Amino acid sequence: MSDPVVELPIDRAIDTSQMKVTDEVAIQISDMNKWYGSFHVLRAINMTVNRGERIVICGPSGSGKSTLIRCINRLEEHQSGQIIVDGTELTGDLKNIDKVRSEVGMVFQHFNLFPHLTILENCTLAPIWVRKVPKREAEATAMHFLEKVKIPEQANKYPGQLSGGQQQRVAIARSLCMKPRIMLFDEPTSALDPEMIKEVLDTMISLAEEGMTMLCVTHEMGFAQAVANRVIFMDQGQVVEQNTPSEFFNNPQSERTKLFLSQILGH
Amino acid sequence: MSDTHSNTVAYVRDTMLPQTEPPLTEKGALKWLRENLFSGWLNTGLTLIALFIIWQALMAVGPWLLNSVWNAGSLRECRDILDGATGACFAVIVDRWHQLLFGFYPRHLYWRPVLALVLLFVALSPVLFPSLPRRLLTFTAIYPFLAYHLLWGGSVWLPIGAALGFVVGALAYIGLKRVNNLLAVFGAVLAPVLWWLVLAGPFDSTMSAVLPWGLEFVRSDRFGGFLISLVIGISGISLSLPLGILLALGRQSDMIFIKSVCVVFIEFIRGVPLITLLFTASLLLNFFLPPGTSFDLILRVIIMVTLFASAYMAEVVRGGLAALPKGQYEAADALGLDYWKAQRLIIMPQALKISIPGIVNTFIGLFKDTTLVVFIGLLDPIGLSNAIRASTDWNGIYWELFIFIGLLFFIFCFGMSRYSLYLERKLKRDHR
Repeated sequence: MSDPVVELPIDRAIDTSQMKVTDEVAIQISDMNKWYGSFHVLRAINMTVNRGERIVICGPSGSGKSTLIRCINRLEEHQSGQIIVDGTELTGDLKNIDKVRSEVGMVFQHFNLFPHLTILENCTLAPIWVRKVPKREAEATAMHFLEKVKIPEQANKYPGQLSGGQQQRVAIARSLCMKPRIMLFDEPTSALDPEMIKEVLDTMISLAEEGMTMLCVTHEMGFAQAVANRVIFMDQGQVVEQNTPSEFFNNPQSERTKLFLSQILGH
Repeated sequence: MSDTHSNTVAYVRDTMLPQTEPPLTEKGALKWLRENLFSGWLNTGLTLIALFIIWQALMAVGPWLLNSVWNAGSLRECRDILDGATGACFAVIVDRWHQLLFGFYPRHLYWRPVLALVLLFVALSPVLFPSLPRRLLTFTAIYPFLAYHLLWGGSVWLPIGAALGFVVGALAYIGLKRVNNLLAVFGAVLAPVLWWLVLAGPFDSTMSAVLPWGLEFVRSDRFGGFLISLVIGISGISLSLPLGILLALGRQSDMIFIKSVCVVFIEFIRGVPLITLLFTASLLLNFFLPPGTSFDLILRVIIMVTLFASAYMAEVVRGGLAALPKGQYEAADALGLDYWKAQRLIIMPQALKISIPGIVNTFIGLFKDTTLVVFIGLLDPIGLSNAIRASTDWNGIYWELFIFIGLLFFIFCFGMSRYSLYLERKLKRDHR
């Protein structure tokens, strides 16, 4: 592997033994279009994500990258084309939507924790009400994942009492409690201080190390370089370029990508 | 100068200074007085003027209150006792308190509304204080039917039949849920309506024939005074909140039919004075009902007051909903919670918390608006004060009655207001 172009703010070796891409298709998007009113946000998106893939989606703001991953769990509705997640096609059918949503975890830029519930209640709410897991079992699972994101001692506090980085880790734990097969990250570190970015990235890396299928919209190029097996660059609602991280960073093909990289990497 | 000093002269402290008391004028009541009342010439002047006004007011009202007459049979007797001196005649309250509280409710049955009021607090307690055992909520669910029977009496099978309607609805829902969700919802609405319209009447008459249990029947026109204010106010309050929430949700709905029905309803009700609706209830509603149905006037008023308050409630709740960040809806959606679960677990707890001041404001407004029923001939406390004045004994007495009525309203409204402050403090979660 060539020299990293960007630094990853994590000083530990990454264990890649579990990071295996299989042949099984997790997400299939074909010829998908979306409009906001008359504005064509996503144009003819074609994309296949296999189980175990770690994909980083980047691009300038307004390029439709967030909209794309929000379409995958139907937070946004697409107007034409097909999205198949885990064999379930996303249509107007509410049953399918709820099924996909309970299989796909999502982490937001602004965490979106429920401020009126404790950390533990945030984590157990969906398992109890959607998956019908008994309360005690849901709490045990929640504590397991809170330990994994290294904040079990905060379980009985409210989100307002935690720092941004801690809140985002709780948000990740909350998604994991639903035992999702795919995780979507929508700029998970954009609202955080550098110190907190580190702890959140660390959590995301450990998730990748366990072989989770991940789609991350992020500007953390160090994370892309170290963890992703594929980087997708989007502009004006289209996929402009996709490649392995080393090719993408060292040998970008399109002019748009080169410009973007020069801006974001500062050289 | 001090700079030079510290830079040129070496200094080591050898004794530490002990903590000392602040000067006398800088602590306690003196400090408070100086800072708040006498902090300058202007404020000192204003304080003195205010003290003078308070003194004058006390001088005007004090003797009148202190000279109160509590035992007299009529205003004339009162004046004889006072013998020209100024003084209040609260004897009218002693003489007529039962009318102000109960109207013309039969005297030997006063225990029934009193018991209903006591049980009201028992039924409310689990709703107001979440630390109490949840099993008490069962009693809360039974309470409306129990209170109806206590107040109006009659056959015990009438409220039981009404309550059974809900059981029928629940059974229909559970039974049909296995077939289809939508069908189950329709069934849950339709089955109780059918029960009430078709079967509840025969159920009542057959059961009454077999087991003629029940309390002595009291006609609605014997209700009056605070009894009527509380019955209308409390029914209105407890019905308007859920209805208001549904209207607020309906107004935000994507379903165009539901949305327009809610918008038209809210805007219509808010655009019409309550008194108009009350006249509609008392005069016009019977024209629209099938001939022969006699619909209790109090019940009609409760319906109108509820509809009126629920339109305001809907807008208050909508304000709370609008204050919630979009991310909360998205997070709930992303976790796979369906619409009703997201509303119940995530959205409403937060939106209602934000709306507490507005909700309680509407409650208090509704409760005080119950005095408007005097215009359609119901004898609420204001109506009774007119009736009391109409008697030769108490002709010409105003202040004492209004003070008493105002005080009772104040106790209830102030209680609601304090509770809402307590609730806001208790639900404060942002720790900023």
